[in-house]
Amino acid sequence: MKAFETFETPSAARVNYINAEYGLKSWLLTRDHKRIALLYLGSISFFFFIGGLYAMFIRLELLTPQGDLLASTTYNKVFTQHGIIMIFFFLIPSIPATLGNFLVPLMIGAKDLAFPRINLLSWYIYLLGGIITIYALLAGGVDTGWTFYAPYSTTFSNSYVIAAGLGIFVSGFSSILTGLNFIVTIHTMRAPGMTWFRLPLFIWAHYATSLVMILGTPVVAITILLLAFERVAHVGIFDPAAGGDPVLFQHLFWFYSHPAVYIMVLPSMGVVSELIANFSRKNIFGYKFVAFSSLAIAVFGFLVWGHHLFVASQSVYAGMIFSFLSFAVAIPSAIKVFNWTATLYKGSISYDTPMLYALGFIGLFTVGGMTGLFLAALAVDVHVSDTYFIVAHFHYIMVGGALFGYLGGLHYWWPKISGRMYPEGWGRFSALVIFVGFNLTFLPQFVAGYLGMPRRYHAYPPEFQVFNVLSSAGASILGVGFLIPMIYLVWSMRYGKLAEANPWHLPGLEWRTASPPPTENFLATPVVTWEAYEFAPVEEMRVIGKFRDEEV
Amino acid sequence: MQTSWLPFIPESASTVSGKVDALYFYLSGVTLFFSLLIGGVITFFVIKYRRRLPNEIPRPIAGSHKLEILWSVIPFIIAMSMFAWGAQIYFQNSRPPKNANEVYVVGKQWMWKIQHSTGQREINELHVPIGRKIKLIMTSEDTIHDFFIPAFRIKADVLPGKYTMQWFEATKPGTYHLFCAEYCGMNHSGMIGSIIVMQPTEFDSWLSGNVNQQSPAVAGQQLFQSLGCVSCHGANGEGGRGPTLAGLFGGKVFLNNNQTLTADESYIRESIENPAAKVVNGFNPIMPTFQGQVTPEQLIQIISYIKSLQISNPQSTTPAAPAAKAAPASQTGATPAPNKQ
Ligand code: HEM
Ligand SMILES: [Cu+2]
Ligand SMILES: [Cu+2]
Repeated sequence: MKAFETFETPSAARVNYINAEYGLKSWLLTRDHKRIALLYLGSISFFFFIGGLYAMFIRLELLTPQGDLLASTTYNKVFTQHGIIMIFFFLIPSIPATLGNFLVPLMIGAKDLAFPRINLLSWYIYLLGGIITIYALLAGGVDTGWTFYAPYSTTFSNSYVIAAGLGIFVSGFSSILTGLNFIVTIHTMRAPGMTWFRLPLFIWAHYATSLVMILGTPVVAITILLLAFERVAHVGIFDPAAGGDPVLFQHLFWFYSHPAVYIMVLPSMGVVSELIANFSRKNIFGYKFVAFSSLAIAVFGFLVWGHHLFVASQSVYAGMIFSFLSFAVAIPSAIKVFNWTATLYKGSISYDTPMLYALGFIGLFTVGGMTGLFLAALAVDVHVSDTYFIVAHFHYIMVGGALFGYLGGLHYWWPKISGRMYPEGWGRFSALVIFVGFNLTFLPQFVAGYLGMPRRYHAYPPEFQVFNVLSSAGASILGVGFLIPMIYLVWSMRYGKLAEANPWHLPGLEWRTASPPPTENFLATPVVTWEAYEFAPVEEMRVIGKFRDEEV
Repeated sequence: MQTSWLPFIPESASTVSGKVDALYFYLSGVTLFFSLLIGGVITFFVIKYRRRLPNEIPRPIAGSHKLEILWSVIPFIIAMSMFAWGAQIYFQNSRPPKNANEVYVVGKQWMWKIQHSTGQREINELHVPIGRKIKLIMTSEDTIHDFFIPAFRIKADVLPGKYTMQWFEATKPGTYHLFCAEYCGMNHSGMIGSIIVMQPTEFDSWLSGNVNQQSPAVAGQQLFQSLGCVSCHGANGEGGRGPTLAGLFGGKVFLNNNQTLTADESYIRESIENPAAKVVNGFNPIMPTFQGQVTPEQLIQIISYIKSLQISNPQSTTPAAPAAKAAPASQTGATPAPNKQ
């Protein structure tokens, strides 16, 4: 007689990827994409915490116009290290390496990524890069700004430029490997029936992101290498005193770093597409437009780097071309926002925490994108370039966008990842606190920027103080807002309510296996017969199990 | 506090600041309108279509190509209007007017050294009259800086080994911020100063209160002799073993590789520091490099001397800056404190 085996009902005792093996070695040598995702989750949370501490010092220093809390050299190191850690060690790996790692195989019905060992290797490389960077910080720090502009970085800075650069150089290889792994996996390991246009938009976004990672990261790696070479040997690449060209550095740097901002925000857009569709129980409006706009952003994002050089002595004609292209690349982002909005129409919208983050994302990303138009408009950028307007703009994109998507996704998939529910009340409360704190921190910076306050200033004229006080007040609310989920998520791993296989009643493949999933993800190979976001009555969304011979 | 009567807008004190503000208002209006529209629609949907029954499943809605095209094309058109407006102002400002007064700016960690073409020197201060066009010719002695005057809505990077330019015409007397806007190391936030805008008559008396100065062109002429340029280019730049320099600036140069270029500041600088890079047709690459022998400031003085050598009126080969005539000939580098008004 055959019995049908599923893992539908929650149970703490059941074998899953977390309790399948015990011991440090079973984690450090694992090849399970889900465990590697957790390794990444731990490490990026650590870096987020460090980066946050630096932010706290920045905001404390700027409470008063005088540079009275930190020495100016210390302040310069603090904002540099804040940027380096947040961008290269938190935001770039955040969604791809944690949620992406965990979910790409689950969502396409695969057992693992295409190259599990390379996946583990990527974490070790990331860790090595992180350790080198931490060494740079402890040895004395680096003060060039996260942008490493020459010739300050090659010739004038007396800080640990090469060590910090090396850390970034090394960690870049971990993103290349992750991108490679995703692309091969998405091409070759989709379950039967999982056609390209049945893929969840999260997968499309990760596909586009992976392209950027593979094509862009080598350029920054080479640039950092040249920078180190110039610093040691003064061969005349970037330093004009030796015959080099400092603007060349800026071109190379932004050729990667503009696309890199899309490495940060595209995965987040993928998460938000999932959240908006699933929490309004609607198929996404204009699926193909949303999917292809990710690719369009990834490709055209490589053509706009010169908008960071409008006042850097770039030719006027180049400036006009880059301005035009920057306006053009804003359109695919606008298309996404419109499609998300249309998806809500006649939906069945719930107000669960992940959805609050998704709605927050749309609002904040819209502000970020709209202010991007100000910066793309040449004459206005001349005035606001290198002021707090820029600082506000990219925080709206990178915190309001990338980080909100990450937090929304983390809550949404938390039951799948941990097998436990997070406390919903606390979740909604902290989402609200973060939203309010964020806006209070960064809205005033737009004003200070247009009034002329330059960025990277340790001391500033007193007329800007009111905006800085508001900003620092907002930052303390924001800080508390981030602490709450850190606490309750850890708490819920032990004390949270046990999660069902499909707590949100959704059709995606990741919800058709147990929470947490078994090591092999699905008991049997899933066969996909439904479209993405095809919402069937709850009882029809079966967990994928298998028949086995057993005496009953 | 340096704000105008409008909230959150800095003082507007140049001929372009109003234009930039107008574009800024246009951008603010359009983006605010669309942000509120999107925000309003989302809020409305989120409330109207909130989940009422735990098991309800709304009917799926297919996408609409018409809508997709509509909301791609309309934003594109609006974006193009922003592009055109911004580019137009930018393009206009990129071409300094011919009749502008030149002021030389040298940035170094962490101060601004400024010299008027009439010789007056200032540090971290720039006195200018209203109603006259001022062109800044800027370079750096060390790393990259940026000369930013919020009240004029202008800024441009100041680079080592290169000249950048920006110009303005002030419209309103007052004292305005000068900021370094490109991170340049330890005391970046201290690399600030004032732009002091005066009535023309006041400015002229400020200038004449500072006559005890040597104009950059005169200083350049002395360097031209002491460095030995005269031995090849002639005592008045009339040429010899080296090409004629009189009338060079702004004119066309034919190189021995058949290329043609217009002689500007950067070309002259390169010819002094790295003469072999571009050799004038008909001459041998015999000129030695002067790299390391002249400071960026001295380079500016030599360039300004060469600029003053115009063929059209040969008698002006001796530079004729009015304030400089009275000056004793030996004061390169003297920097008496400028009169403050
Ligand atoms: C919606 C379209 C967008 C446009 C038109 C736009 C435009 C611009 C422009 C012109 C600048 C340079 C300003 C300057 O340095 O003077 C800039 C800065 C920046 N943008 Fe955007 N942006 C857009 C979206 C984004 C997105 C999606 C991200 C990130 C995911 C982003 C992140 C950044 C960052 C990090 C900087 C400044 C980096 C620095 O100087 O340190 N932007 N943006
Ligand atoms: Cu960019
Ligand atoms: Cu500076």
